[in-house]
Amino acid sequence: MVKLRVNKLTKIFGKHPNHALKLLEEKKSKDEILAETGMTVGVNQATFDIHAGEVFVIMGLSGSGKSTIIRMLNRLIEPTGGSIEIDGEDIVKMNKEQLREVRRKKISMVFQQFALFPHKTLLQNTEYGLEIQGVDKETRAKKAKESLELVGLGGYTDKYPDELSGGMKQRVGLARALTNDPDILLMDEAFSALDPLIRKDMQDELMDLQEKMQKTIVFITHDLNEALRLGDRIALMKDGSVVQVGTPEDILMDPANDYVERFVEDVDLSRVLTAEQIMTRPVSMNVEKGARVALEVMKSEGVSSIYITGKNRQILGFVTADDADKAVKEEKSIEDVIQKDVVTVQLDTLLTDLFDKTSYATMPPAVIDEENRLRGIVVKGAVMGALAGNNEMIHSTQTEVTSS
Amino acid sequence: MNEFQIFPKLPLSDWIETFVEFLDDTFAGLFEAISVAIQTIADGIINIMSMGSPYILIVVISLLAWWAASWKVGLFSIIGLELIHNLGYWPETIQTLTLIIISVLICVVIGIPIGVWMSQSNRAQWIITPILDFMQTMPAFVYLIPAILFFSLGIVPGVVATIIFSMPPTVRFTNLGIRQVDGDLIEAANSFGSSVWQRLFKVQLPLAKQTLMAGVNQTIMLSLSMVVIASLVGAPGLGEIVYRAVTQVRIGLGFEGGLALVIIAMILDRMTQGSKKKKRG
Repeated sequence: MVKLRVNKLTKIFGKHPNHALKLLEEKKSKDEILAETGMTVGVNQATFDIHAGEVFVIMGLSGSGKSTIIRMLNRLIEPTGGSIEIDGEDIVKMNKEQLREVRRKKISMVFQQFALFPHKTLLQNTEYGLEIQGVDKETRAKKAKESLELVGLGGYTDKYPDELSGGMKQRVGLARALTNDPDILLMDEAFSALDPLIRKDMQDELMDLQEKMQKTIVFITHDLNEALRLGDRIALMKDGSVVQVGTPEDILMDPANDYVERFVEDVDLSRVLTAEQIMTRPVSMNVEKGARVALEVMKSEGVSSIYITGKNRQILGFVTADDADKAVKEEKSIEDVIQKDVVTVQLDTLLTDLFDKTSYATMPPAVIDEENRLRGIVVKGAVMGALAGNNEMIHSTQTEVTSS
Repeated sequence: MNEFQIFPKLPLSDWIETFVEFLDDTFAGLFEAISVAIQTIADGIINIMSMGSPYILIVVISLLAWWAASWKVGLFSIIGLELIHNLGYWPETIQTLTLIIISVLICVVIGIPIGVWMSQSNRAQWIITPILDFMQTMPAFVYLIPAILFFSLGIVPGVVATIIFSMPPTVRFTNLGIRQVDGDLIEAANSFGSSVWQRLFKVQLPLAKQTLMAGVNQTIMLSLSMVVIASLVGAPGLGEIVYRAVTQVRIGLGFEGGLALVIIAMILDRMTQGSKKKKRG
């Protein structure tokens, strides 16, 4: 379902934008228009659809127009041309009152520099969106507390923003944006001002939250790793134009042009890296040990299923905790409950070919060698992490990865 | 005239006089009403402050100073005000305080809305800024002339001249304070669907408060500097003492009157600056 339909959205900075708009329609380039008229094309006829419940990342280098585009989506910046339909209604045509209503109910924003009100407590900051709608004090305080709890700051309601670290501030920014329960969340480089470790935590947390909330999120970033981690789909921008829209895989595997290719060449590791380089230690045990041990191991490892190996660590299948439990109760052997439909890949399988298998398999795919021996498993995070250039995720092939 | 002139001298002074006469004729009723209003309020304030022993007022002001600033300012107020009382200028002090209270209140009531208007509209700022420049740089004595014409003699023309001279900082600082609010915060306020008034009262004005108070502080200081000038049109108070001392060349009297003004200025300044230091009052 299309939540947000952006059509030929254009922003021109200058004194006679309509003149420049005409030139754009005549297919003149940004540079030509600048030379001819002195006006700057901020965003050039951007067209894309954003689906309900997806994380749509708009990425580009600074000056590519991404910040302008996100500010046009709630008309903090007035578009020069084009349309923005939210649930089929064009907000560009709305009058002030209608626009205010959309901003209050449907669309919230999180800012790069947090933009918390320094004279208000966290609770007052968080309830601001409801306060200006005239919601009564108790209701809005209750809602605000809920959102603060959602981001893990339930105990900080009476603090002021200057008493918080950057990461905490942005949690408040997120809580504030969530309090009016909008359909659409605009996040403008929301994590760019945070240091790398905190940024990664926040990305994880956003993904966890998103799983629960299923909001439509428009996320702006200049960081390709972030785009790959968060985005269900990514729009790449250059000089105000949208160059390519697609899933992270589309962008990596099938760059639309040289620009995208150059952009992603540093991280196009999927054609180079193999399963062996990104596999992690599997949770496994020998079939001889029995269901009780299987349960114990799963418990101590904190997993819900375990790979079962036979002689010489040859893979036989896997057992889930439920099945192992049943086997113990009914005094059955592991062989009776083992599931044999294991997804396996070879040590030298390329990441490109791993995408499919990691996405549909219930168990992480098992990495096996020529003799069908279990050597490791490939978890989704490791694939994305390696693609994003996270070197900790990548082992050198020279070192033998020992699996217990 | 033997000097060569391309244009004949503009009859600017004639124009101004005609204009002022026109105002005086047309708005006589309005000026009369303003005059009565200010006079009544002034009499009321003077009467209230003169009730009971001077010590009551000294203690009240000192407690206010303590509350607004610090115990040190409170202590200074007690000592300073008692010194003025001791020197025998208490009635004049009350008159001067009244002049300042009325002038500053009117400056705030008129000045802050104008400052807010300036902050919301570049055109308003473009028009008002030169007017403020004019009000502040035109020698203050000049305001006395129309003030006498419209309001005759006494505390009323003193108040009017004081207002014209000391209002600009309140207007300027209000405008400045609001415009200085971080653009990010304005975007945030807008992005949640604030109306212009909600943005103003919930975000801009609270954040402009410190700057705004600095403007009010400046207005108070300027109005104190007008006290002596206002006495030229018959405004009673400490200014009168100083003016008399000057005309009679009495250095002792002049010093005493001047010292009393300095003490009042310091107390009022510390009190209004004190509120600046308070966190998120």
